[in-house]
Amino acid sequence: MEALTAIVIGGLTAASVYLMLARNFMRFLFGLVLLSNAANLTIFASGRMTKGHPALVPYGEDAPLGVVGNALPQALVLTAIVIGFGLLAFTLALAFEGYRRMKSVDTDEMRFAEPKEDTTK
Amino acid sequence: MADNSDPNAPWKTLSGLGTSGLTALLFLYFLQFLAPVAAGEPVRFVWDWIPSLDVSLSFYIDGLSLMFALLITGIGAMVMLYAAKYLAGHHHYDRFALYLFSFMLSMLGLVLADNLIALFVFWELTTFTSYLLIGFLHLDPKSRRNALQALLLTATGGLAMLAGFILIGITQGTFELSELNAAGSLADQPFYLLILILVLAGAFTKSAQVPFHFWLPNAMAAPTPVSAYLHSATMVKAGVYLLARMHPSLSGSDVWVWTLSIFGAVTAVFASFMALRQTDLKQTLAYTTLMALGTLTMFLAGSTGYAITAAMTFLLVHSLYKAGLFLMIGVVDHGTGTRDANVLGGLKASMPITAAAAAAAGLAMAGIPPFLGFIAKEVAYAGALEMHLWLFVVPMSLIAFALMFAVAGIVAYKPFYGPQGQLPREPHEGPWPMLLGPVVLGVLGLLFGLLPGISAYYLIEPAVAAVMGEPDTGGRVKLWAGFNLPLLLSLITFGLGFLLYQRHLALRERLAQIEARAADLDAGWDRLLDHFVTYTKAQTRLIQTGVLRQYMFATFAVFAATVLVTLIARDVGGIALQFAGLSFMEWGVALLIVAGTVLVVLTSSRIVGLVALGVVGIGVALIFIMFSAPDVAITQLLVELLVVVLLAMAFLKMPNLDPSGSQSHSFPNAVLAVTVGVLTTIVVLLVVDQPFDRRLTDFFEAASWTEAFGRNIVNVILVDFRTLDTFGEIAVVAVAALGAFALLKGFARARDTKGGEK
Repeated sequence: MEALTAIVIGGLTAASVYLMLARNFMRFLFGLVLLSNAANLTIFASGRMTKGHPALVPYGEDAPLGVVGNALPQALVLTAIVIGFGLLAFTLALAFEGYRRMKSVDTDEMRFAEPKEDTTK
Repeated sequence: MADNSDPNAPWKTLSGLGTSGLTALLFLYFLQFLAPVAAGEPVRFVWDWIPSLDVSLSFYIDGLSLMFALLITGIGAMVMLYAAKYLAGHHHYDRFALYLFSFMLSMLGLVLADNLIALFVFWELTTFTSYLLIGFLHLDPKSRRNALQALLLTATGGLAMLAGFILIGITQGTFELSELNAAGSLADQPFYLLILILVLAGAFTKSAQVPFHFWLPNAMAAPTPVSAYLHSATMVKAGVYLLARMHPSLSGSDVWVWTLSIFGAVTAVFASFMALRQTDLKQTLAYTTLMALGTLTMFLAGSTGYAITAAMTFLLVHSLYKAGLFLMIGVVDHGTGTRDANVLGGLKASMPITAAAAAAAGLAMAGIPPFLGFIAKEVAYAGALEMHLWLFVVPMSLIAFALMFAVAGIVAYKPFYGPQGQLPREPHEGPWPMLLGPVVLGVLGLLFGLLPGISAYYLIEPAVAAVMGEPDTGGRVKLWAGFNLPLLLSLITFGLGFLLYQRHLALRERLAQIEARAADLDAGWDRLLDHFVTYTKAQTRLIQTGVLRQYMFATFAVFAATVLVTLIARDVGGIALQFAGLSFMEWGVALLIVAGTVLVVLTSSRIVGLVALGVVGIGVALIFIMFSAPDVAITQLLVELLVVVLLAMAFLKMPNLDPSGSQSHSFPNAVLAVTVGVLTTIVVLLVVDQPFDRRLTDFFEAASWTEAFGRNIVNVILVDFRTLDTFGEIAVVAVAALGAFALLKGFARARDTKGGEK
């Protein structure tokens, strides 16, 4: 499954890069969500994928029996998902306020920090 | 211009007397090294600093560094006392004391450092602290500009010097000066020429050799105590110190001899003429400092005992009389309200102590026996006669010393004798804290001359030995060396100097005419800076377009290029794709994600895009469920739900994806996106292809129940083993929430209070 996941990751990355290069800031946000997914899958896959054996210690035992899913990348991905969500929420607030102020979602037009006048001087 | 307006302001402040006292204590501390160092036993202290880079904080006290350390702390203590009175009542005096003390410490570190990198760090610290000192009167734009000029010029030289030091470290395998100097000359090593050029760039900018000289007279914008300190014994001597310090390693080649002789001689002669041309006495002294630096550089070109002794003796005597004269000018300025050579005269009656101190310093500067200045001049002529380029060096020295004689008359004689001019203020004698320095320094100049044996044994000969790399027993420092060629040259100097002094007013006019026609390097500097600003603006326009897409494109392109180059350089072979044994469900989930992805990219509807994002998210959650990660899957589903809800709420109030109907698709973007995607796939495949390291996983599996008493290993990691990560994660979410709240609520309120504009 790792090989197939790698291809899925590639597809997600390509799509997110393409969306983040778009002029529309909402597309950029779509790209951010996809990139977050691609990153999480990458961490998950690089810890190797085990089918159907969650990382649990059965009652009465001191350690899991047999091979179980790798717990470490799962913990990392859990953290990453939440942080990715925080990032998206903030970026979304930024985009929303940006739109309210500049009346545009075109990043070529949204130039609060580096106004166009400077470049024509 | 005296900066203190209130002569009755309290001056016995903690910052003034404290720094001065501490510096005096340091002076006493260094005195104890005189005897061992004179006996040929240098002292070395070492602390590890960055052992991995072979950089240590090592200090080395030999004759050369000890002489500098004593001058720095001794003159420093007097200058700080002087400044406490000179700037008493100034509202930024505490700041000034801090700058001056930091500068003193940096300078001390510079002359004591044995490690080239440590030396560089202290070197730049002196640059920064002197920047603050020169620009102390920061309300004056000229002061700011001159400080910046000194900073840029000397820091650029310093960076070149750092490159030279690193080259030395790489080729010689050590950064320790004591080891380098013990190993002898680098003249036949590879890269010698490059090293020499880079190090000289640092030394020449710091010590203001022509054509980098123009910052030094400009630096006179600083208050007088700063000039007295920076331009007598310290800052500008750092370059000379470096030349002397590295003399054993870097000399021994024709390039060294020629470069130092020519730069030094040109600087010395040019500066002495310029000194004659000035009417502001402080500017006159600034140019004589340049002259001294040139002379020192010129004598360091030589390698014979007399040449080095000349450099070291002159260095000592110049530090003493120049600091004294600068301080004296400050007293005169303070007492009369002017520094103009044309106005000042006849102050002897009203300022007797100042006049006496000035006379002592002036006699030392003119080289009159029995002052140490006389000995310095004798040794200098003896050294000049011994040098390879004596035909060049002797006449240049003669001109410079004769001009210096004349300038000594202008600075130390003329203001105090003859008729009194029209002064802005009724002249009065300075207060004792300001007189102590000039008097002590003047007396020392006389004492050292009267007791040449002692000054030679404790100060000059150990320094000469350090520069030459071998013990010095020359006994060259004598008050009476018999009738010889140097004495004859001395007499010619006096005669010539006297003539020049007699005619200096006429000469000054001629010089002013010549100066008006000559190229002005100072203005050239301003033009250079203007061009630089124009260039950087053009460059910024080219690189920083202000268009987000272009920044993103550049970022992803660099990412793709670096990964691609690494893959090619590592010569990665083929990768076998293992699809065997995959069930229908696995193919199905993969297809679901890919379909959702394609839809997100292609759609021009907000709602379709959101739904497609949801499909991708659920597909990813399905992968987590199938492959033993139920906790992750639950989180993913919850977060995915929240994302879709949030986006939907926001998008309701935002325009459609392609509001103007224009498609925002582009072929180059697609090519870059596919490249990045393919490269990511390859990297993930390569990662998975590596042997798997289970050590951490094994630890968690074994310790989860036995140590943390939890059966869900993932949860145990999150809340026990890696709690800090989880805490950080919560903090990130909290900060994001606060930020979003501030953005949405805060700005809305600000807008409302402004009357609903925009």
